[in-house]
Amino acid sequence: MSDAAAAATLRPRSRAGRQGEGLAGLLLTLPASLSYIVLLLAPTLAAVLLAFTDYELGAPSIRWIGLENFAELAEDRGFQVSLRNTLVYVGIVAPASIAGALALALLIESLTRGRALFRAVFFLPVVSLPVAMATAWQYLLHPTIGPVNALLRDIGIAGPAWLTSSDTVLLSLAFIGIWEAIGFNLVLFLAGLTAIPRELHHAAEVDGVKSAWERFRLVTWPLLGPTTLFVVTITMIRSVRTFDSVAVLTQGGPNRASEVLLYTMYTEGFTFFRLGYSAAITLVFLVIVLALMLLQTRVLDRRVHYG
Amino acid sequence: MAGITIQTVTKRFGSVTALAGVSLDVQPGEFVALVGPSGCGKTTLMRIVAGIERADSGRIGIAGRDVTDLRAADRDVAMVFQSYALYPHLTVAQNIAVPLLMRRLSAAQRLPLIGAVWPGSRAARRAIRQDAAQAAAALGLGTMLDRRPAQLSGGQRQRVALARAIVRSPKAFLMDEPLSNLDAALRVQTRREIVEIHRRVGAATLYVTHDQTEALTMADRVAVMLGGEILQVDSPDRIYADPQDLRVATFIGSPRINTLPVEARADGAVTFDGEPLGLGTPAQGALTLALRPEDLRPDPAGPLQAVAEHVEFLGESLLLHGRVGRGETPVTLRLLRGSLVPQAAFRLAFAPERALLFDPEGRRAPLRQAAHADV
Repeated sequence: MSDAAAAATLRPRSRAGRQGEGLAGLLLTLPASLSYIVLLLAPTLAAVLLAFTDYELGAPSIRWIGLENFAELAEDRGFQVSLRNTLVYVGIVAPASIAGALALALLIESLTRGRALFRAVFFLPVVSLPVAMATAWQYLLHPTIGPVNALLRDIGIAGPAWLTSSDTVLLSLAFIGIWEAIGFNLVLFLAGLTAIPRELHHAAEVDGVKSAWERFRLVTWPLLGPTTLFVVTITMIRSVRTFDSVAVLTQGGPNRASEVLLYTMYTEGFTFFRLGYSAAITLVFLVIVLALMLLQTRVLDRRVHYG
Repeated sequence: MAGITIQTVTKRFGSVTALAGVSLDVQPGEFVALVGPSGCGKTTLMRIVAGIERADSGRIGIAGRDVTDLRAADRDVAMVFQSYALYPHLTVAQNIAVPLLMRRLSAAQRLPLIGAVWPGSRAARRAIRQDAAQAAAALGLGTMLDRRPAQLSGGQRQRVALARAIVRSPKAFLMDEPLSNLDAALRVQTRREIVEIHRRVGAATLYVTHDQTEALTMADRVAVMLGGEILQVDSPDRIYADPQDLRVATFIGSPRINTLPVEARADGAVTFDGEPLGLGTPAQGALTLALRPEDLRPDPAGPLQAVAEHVEFLGESLLLHGRVGRGETPVTLRLLRGSLVPQAAFRLAFAPERALLFDPEGRRAPLRQAAHADV
């Protein structure tokens, strides 16, 4: 009825009127389009272009060097270590923080009281200042005065130098990464859980589902699919671009054992001012992130939406 | 041995009493409709029978077995939910097969990957697939086995929910407003189909609805529930013609039954505005006389003085709304098409054998017609 009315008022409109409406529409999207171009598209394009030059900050000249930066990257042992560290870091943080958050969300969801409290407790790391928290971690994990090693000493174990030994530094950073990501993922999972219709759980019960595991398999896990997919993507992207804990706690050390992609990019660009080379690393980073997003939209999305 | 036994079940939510000691028996093969306005506790009662909710006190029996302390999965009841509650990620065939998978396969046989090759699993799964396909075919879903719920219409989803319920031949069958999400035309058709399915399955069926038409047309017996109490359980025609409580009389029937404030004189004659109506009762004092709209007719010799106000045309009949007596009590008459419709003041008669009398507490009061004829 209202559609018909709208059509009736639209029909007699002149061509000029329609053009005017198109123009108004364009004008209205202008702020958004402009900020998208200026803040996102242009810098990305500039970075892509820079990746094919030898530009250094303050250098008088800039030269197109084609794929030379990438050839250097392939040879650069430092970059390879950084790439491998990043993959290891993501390989630990993503599965652990996703599985841990899901387990915690299921536990909190099953509570009859205190849900808000636990949700807040686990969400705290997300809203706290990463740099300030890093300082706290530095104290906690300090080899001699830190409480973690003091506790280990009490039960007769000589704790390692968590953040200063090349054997443990990446693990320690990954643990901090999990601690930061788990609260965020937890809140997403809790939201996903509340969106599952209660009647489905009841139907499962009437259909003969007795154990919590069967209920999880039949109802919770499939219906959590879209949430899980989102959590997986966002966690991987967030852990690929980890930077601040590394910058504050280890500066990539000792001996590059905790150097990650974004930190390498930062040192190349802002310590050595090799902006062209840094841009090439950025491009590698961008390709990884885009590949992850493609994986979400093209492959997994079809398997978790049952529309 | 009853199909479903409900014994003095009570349930409170905080300070609200949802069920105040409800008892009801459904015989094997019987179809009982539980009807009442929303919020009367009927869905709560059904969920307690299913085992989804716990009663505060009282017992529940299914097929002669006390299941009060059993969980839903162990009760052997099937339920059709208002929202259908289909598993959105499973196909029609898989949805229907779920109750069979859960009951016929061992926990090991249900494991992912390993379960498929576990001894006996393949034969059992094949039998389940066949049974599910059979249940689907019985409901005309034979060509939709591989579709997902999202690809089905509302009516088709409803059939899948029904097929999932009948596939394992349950002892008791619970339906929670299964038709309320369908459009009107489909509702009438599905109503008959559900009755047919019930006849074929033969399980004790408890059917919750707020729609009295559904209750009266489908059920063997109707239980009228109001305010957490079952007021009357009777056959549809007795619920309509012989209500034992004024609340039942006013809830059942559309348009609403007419209620007239009347007085019983010392000699037992029932009077309205001081005029005797040709009815007698042993009850005393202020009473309520209830008359169905179709039991009233304009009649120059009638005992009531009425004023016509407006007419509603319904097709096969029409409704005449007006007022009766000095107190201007509203009254509605159902007249056959083509009847002479009074324009202003007219005399009103009623069928005395169908008149219903209720005491101030709303209980039925005995009525003798013409025993104390208007002297």
